[in-house]
Parts: sequence; structure tokens; C-alpha cells
Amino acid sequence: MRPEEGTLISRAQALAALLELLTGQPVIICNGFPSREAHKIADRPTHFYMIGSMGNAPAIALGVALAKPNKQVVTFDGDGNVLMGMGTLATVGALKPKNFIHVVFDNEVYGTTGNQPTISNVVPLEKVAKAAGYVNVERVLDREDLVYEFKDMLKKDGPSMLLIKVNEFAEDAGRVLLDPPDITKRFMKAIE
Amino acid sequence: MIESDAFVQALQDIGVDFFTGVPDSILGGIIAELMVRRIYTPAVREDEAVGMAAGAYMAGKIPAVLMQNSGLGTSLNTLISLNQIYRQPCILIVSWRGQGGKDAPEHLVMGEVMPQFLDTMKIPHRTLTEKTAVEDFRWVAETFMKQRIPVALVITKGVVKGLHP
Repeated sequence: MRPEEGTLISRAQALAALLELLTGQPVIICNGFPSREAHKIADRPTHFYMIGSMGNAPAIALGVALAKPNKQVVTFDGDGNVLMGMGTLATVGALKPKNFIHVVFDNEVYGTTGNQPTISNVVPLEKVAKAAGYVNVERVLDREDLVYEFKDMLKKDGPSMLLIKVNEFAEDAGRVLLDPPDITKRFMKAIE
Repeated sequence: MIESDAFVQALQDIGVDFFTGVPDSILGGIIAELMVRRIYTPAVREDEAVGMAAGAYMAGKIPAVLMQNSGLGTSLNTLISLNQIYRQPCILIVSWRGQGGKDAPEHLVMGEVMPQFLDTMKIPHRTLTEKTAVEDFRWVAETFMKQRIPVALVITKGVVKGLHP
């Protein structure tokens, strides 16, 4: 039993709060439920929804951030994803792109495949990011703190990581039905 | 033998303006030249490099990813479930370790199967030679623009000048 259980918000609630604060920033969203839920809550051309290549969301966001240093770039990621591509925390920490914000929804499970446990219950991912060289790192447990810290990160130079502890609830959100090449084209046009 | 600076210049001349990757000894001279020109972003894994290249492409760059052929295995899922599904091209500069069975044991299996492996992954590829270099670079640029998928330029030992000639 997780100590925070019962008090945590859902990933969808967290997503809704974050999307309200975003304007035209490119957002790279990892595969699985995060993309499906974000698409359901607010579909924007500045969203890049992933359907595969698990673990690569921050790498893609880093590529965008390096190529567009004057544009703030956000990635929505999950704990299983971060664990799979953990080396990218080091690359981000070393390169220190100021325009890079890494949001991690940490529910301690692989939600899309049936809630098998990850190991983020014992590995604090935001501390790994901090040790790797992220400049701002916050771990939040509720909506109020989430809004406060994310607003603050939007104003600061990064790289930043906002780790949001969320519960395991998944919205009834279907697959993103946009054709992947169209997602690419739409995203490219939107961030030109 | 092609000089490293001529190799890098040829890539820049076809428009490549984002370079990332993971080193290999065969690519040592090229990476050193990229670092001299301050245009190289080192990655820690090849799939990360391919992901970064995809992001850079969507932000308007023409990306190249350098790797040894073992990195094709590491980046396989990204190459097919990101680049190919989403039609995001990149230029793979792949060193051919284990070619002809003459290399350290860890390179022998991939060295033998690499051309078929690239074919199976539906990655168009061509092996650079000094004689055909101009045509090789033109082919890379055309294939990149036309097909919008990863395309591989394979580098064998001794074709581009390394760090230790």
C-alpha cells in the first residue's frame, strides 16, 4: 500500500491542470495512456503524440530544444519511460538546455500494460535528475503544488523536472487515431 | 582515403546541420572534426541519438547520427516505431565493424549480417568508397528527401581517415 494512496490525483487531472497553463509550447508526449489522455483532454497541433519508441520522449524533446533554443519545450513522460531511457537524464543534465521542461507522471506502474509495478517506488527519479545536472527539480503530490511549481518552472531557466505522484487511474481514452505521418507534419508546421 | 574534414564538409554541403551519435574508432576522425567545428552533440545511447535527431528534424534541421553497427541493434525499435511509422528521416553514418570476419569477436555476427539486417529494417543503405564518394553523398541526400525515412551510409575501415592512420 502506497503511503500517499487515496490523496493523489489522477494523471488525467494533472494533465488537465498542466495543459491549462501551456500556451504554444511544443509538447512531446510519451507512448501509452499519457498520449491518449492528453489527446482526449485537449488536442493541439503543438502536441507530438507517441505510439511507440518507449523511453525516447525526452530525447525527442531535447532534439527540438537544441534546434529551437528560443522556444520552451515540454515533455510529458512516465516513470516506466524514464527508467527505460534513464541515460537521457544524463545527456540533458550535461547539455543543460535552458528551454527544457521534463514532466514525469509517476504512478509506480506500467499502466498501459496492466499495472505491473515499476521500481520508481524505491528509486526517486527526480533525485536522479538532480544528480545528473537538472537545474530545477520538484516532486509534488497534489494539484495545488503542481500548479505552483509548474508556473514557476515556466518562468525559470532549465533544464527542469517536475515529478508528479499520481494514482493508477486511467481515463477511458481511446487510441490516438491521427495518422502518425500527419502528427509529424502537423507538429512541424505548428512549431515552425 | 577521404580526409575527415572533406567528409564532414560533404555532409554539410548536402544540408546536414545537426550531428549526434555514439563514437566508434572507425568514426574517430569524423567525430574529432565535428568537435573542432563545434557541431557535435554527443549521445549516451544510439536510440537516444536517433530520438534527438527526430526532434531536431521536426524543428527544421537535417540530422545525421553516427554509430557503429552494433548501435543499429540498440536503436532498432526507435528506427522502426518512430522514424518509419512517423516518416521522420535521418542520415545514419554507420561504421562496419566485423566486415569480412576480421575483427574482435563481439563484432563478428553483426558484421556478417549487417547488410541483410538493414534490408530487413527497410533502411536504404550504401557503402561509401573514395571513388564513388560524390555519387554516394548525392544518393544519400536524394533518398533522404524522397523517402523521408532513415538512410544509412556505411563506412568501412580505412575509407575515411581515422585518428590513428
